[in-house]
Amino acid sequence: MTTAAATAGERTAKAKPATMAQALGRALRDAMAQDPAVHVLGEDVGTLGGVFRITDGLAKEFGDDRCTDTPLAEAGILGAAVGMAMYGLRPVVEMQFDAFAYPAFEQLISHVAKMRNRTAGAMPLPITVRVPYGGGIGGVEHHSDSSEAYYMATPGLHVVTPATVEDAYGLLRASIASDDPVVFLEPKRLYWSKADWSPEAPVAVEPIGRAVVRRPGRSATLITYGPSLPVCMEAAEAAVEEGWDLEVVDLRSLVPFDDETVAASVRRTGRAVVVHESSGFGGPGGEIAARVTERCFHHLEAPVLRVAGFDIPYPPPMQEKHHLPGVDRVLDAVARLQWEAES
Amino acid sequence: MTVQELPGAAAYRPTPPPAWKPLTDPAPLLPDPEPYRVLGTDAVADADPELLLRLYAELVRGRRYNAQATALTKQGRLAVYPSSTGQEACEIAAALVLEERDWLFPSYRDTLAAVARGLDPVEALTLLRGDRHTGYDPREHRIAPLCTPLATQLPHAVGLAHAARLKGDDVVALAMVGDGGTSEGDFHEALNFAAVWRAPVVFLVQNNGFAISVPLAKQTAAPSLAHKAVGYGMPGRLVDGNDAAAVHQVLGEAVARARSGGGPTLVEAVTYRMDAHTNADDATRYRVDSEVEAWRAHDPIQILERELTGRGLLGDEGIEEARAAAERMAAALRERMNADPVLDPMDLFAHVYAEQTAQLREQAARLRVELDAEHGQDDMEEGR
Repeated sequence: MTTAAATAGERTAKAKPATMAQALGRALRDAMAQDPAVHVLGEDVGTLGGVFRITDGLAKEFGDDRCTDTPLAEAGILGAAVGMAMYGLRPVVEMQFDAFAYPAFEQLISHVAKMRNRTAGAMPLPITVRVPYGGGIGGVEHHSDSSEAYYMATPGLHVVTPATVEDAYGLLRASIASDDPVVFLEPKRLYWSKADWSPEAPVAVEPIGRAVVRRPGRSATLITYGPSLPVCMEAAEAAVEEGWDLEVVDLRSLVPFDDETVAASVRRTGRAVVVHESSGFGGPGGEIAARVTERCFHHLEAPVLRVAGFDIPYPPPMQEKHHLPGVDRVLDAVARLQWEAES
Repeated sequence: MTVQELPGAAAYRPTPPPAWKPLTDPAPLLPDPEPYRVLGTDAVADADPELLLRLYAELVRGRRYNAQATALTKQGRLAVYPSSTGQEACEIAAALVLEERDWLFPSYRDTLAAVARGLDPVEALTLLRGDRHTGYDPREHRIAPLCTPLATQLPHAVGLAHAARLKGDDVVALAMVGDGGTSEGDFHEALNFAAVWRAPVVFLVQNNGFAISVPLAKQTAAPSLAHKAVGYGMPGRLVDGNDAAAVHQVLGEAVARARSGGGPTLVEAVTYRMDAHTNADDATRYRVDSEVEAWRAHDPIQILERELTGRGLLGDEGIEEARAAAERMAAALRERMNADPVLDPMDLFAHVYAEQTAQLREQAARLRVELDAEHGQDDMEEGR
């Protein structure tokens, strides 16, 4: 994992602006350099360096056998990765776009998620499935889905999604090092988000499964992850004017779910809003709201609210701004948290 | 209207595309139209008598295993058993053609191949008994878990064989699938990957005539399933699936080619499922007795036995010996399967993740409480 963790002092000295895409690419590179069992495969990952350039330079540095352009067939890519993992490799597959992963669902659900269980622990599958996900980049149909609920509903998978440059590096290294399969959801509209981050001295990240409080606050908790984190951070700043001191929790890992961090926050604030851009009905927000309610009922001053995408197929890009929960929609929900006081 | 005549076609293609060159392969891609046979033909002269006798003994044992497992289903000892009676030649040849370092990727019907490869007969049945999904360590035996979804194990075989070659090991993967499975997308993707990667894989299609009730004519319009190989750029071979010597020879050639870097082969073995799909299926609804009888006359054990006795390699004593060995296996299997497996409910949570999540720890604790309460109840009723 993040063995090359540096002290904060070194970090400041060397840090310069880096994008999440660069951090992800660096994580793949470092993982491949450290462990010859790590293989990257997928459509366009080799010569082109991936359509988002995440795998840029890997084929050149490590050869076609380590970073392989495959035929265009997602079930085949993931199915082959299963066999490779059975023989002791650590495949990292790229699904290019969220909705392109659907042909691989049977492999993912019937084999990747279950192999450890089916073989009573004899055959774990250390596979990382990289899925660029979510909207906000003007992609046409089938390029903007948020499919996390499908993955979350499948026991045996870890589901991880970074929202910062540091986490992108640290969580991807942790995912590749994990002996369990990880669906690594990359918020593609944050690919070009920047932070001061040094590729030479990556920062240690907590193990998979820990949420983090990105902004401490007293009056309500925004529970979010991935592409919605910047939205919530902005909403929290804007809410100050309204007299709200919002706490923002970045889940980072949807499975396993960090009940402790989330419940501790909500017990402190007494109010919670779950924010994500995938559809609300049957979506992650329902599960999270239920878990929060079960643990924090006596601390709650208002129902746990959800701000999610509408329950519609992902809209055409010229309409997506209406679908994606923005700052205003989050602030509206925060205002509704006064529900009990008013009723 | 051709492509060239389409308005604007010339503008979109300013220069003609370069000539397409097919991959050249020393092995012909197209299968012979008739299934290859050894038994009863001149080709049998080249067959190794020792191998034929071993095949015979294994076929007899396999047939008995199928009968015993079917009986165990009727006694409620197995939840289900998809019998391979009639298909034993394919099962046995697939197992015997592989070296120890090779891998077998069976489908749910291929218990027999796994047992013939050396798997403990009881461990091979845990899936069908319902106590464990996979009762053996796949790495120890180099047998992938019996695969219930159709054709999904084929890309695994490709990936494993590919990985082995990358590591410099001359390992071959043999993947088994039924005729129905060839219609699945994973069949296509696996064969395509294997051919493009030149992976050391052999695909064995056991064409037993029906996918549950759907006959081959409704499954494919191809002249044969072996013909499908052509489109992937790999050799296709059609073999008599009831001729153990022929299946062993064709698979042997395919394995040798794969091992020497010649890439994958698709072998279609034409055979017949004598029993119903499983005990839950009524085969009389979709096939006629005369068809079954015709195949009974082409029974894999009978044709091999005829060959061996005709050539003086096998006498009454040898036949009796094979049957007695099969009986001993069946008796041992019966006895071991009649013992109830001891299961620990806490195992439900043991192998979901490398490390249990907090959520699973909570759920495990809840089950523990339920179990303790149950035991307490039992103890009270029994006056303890």
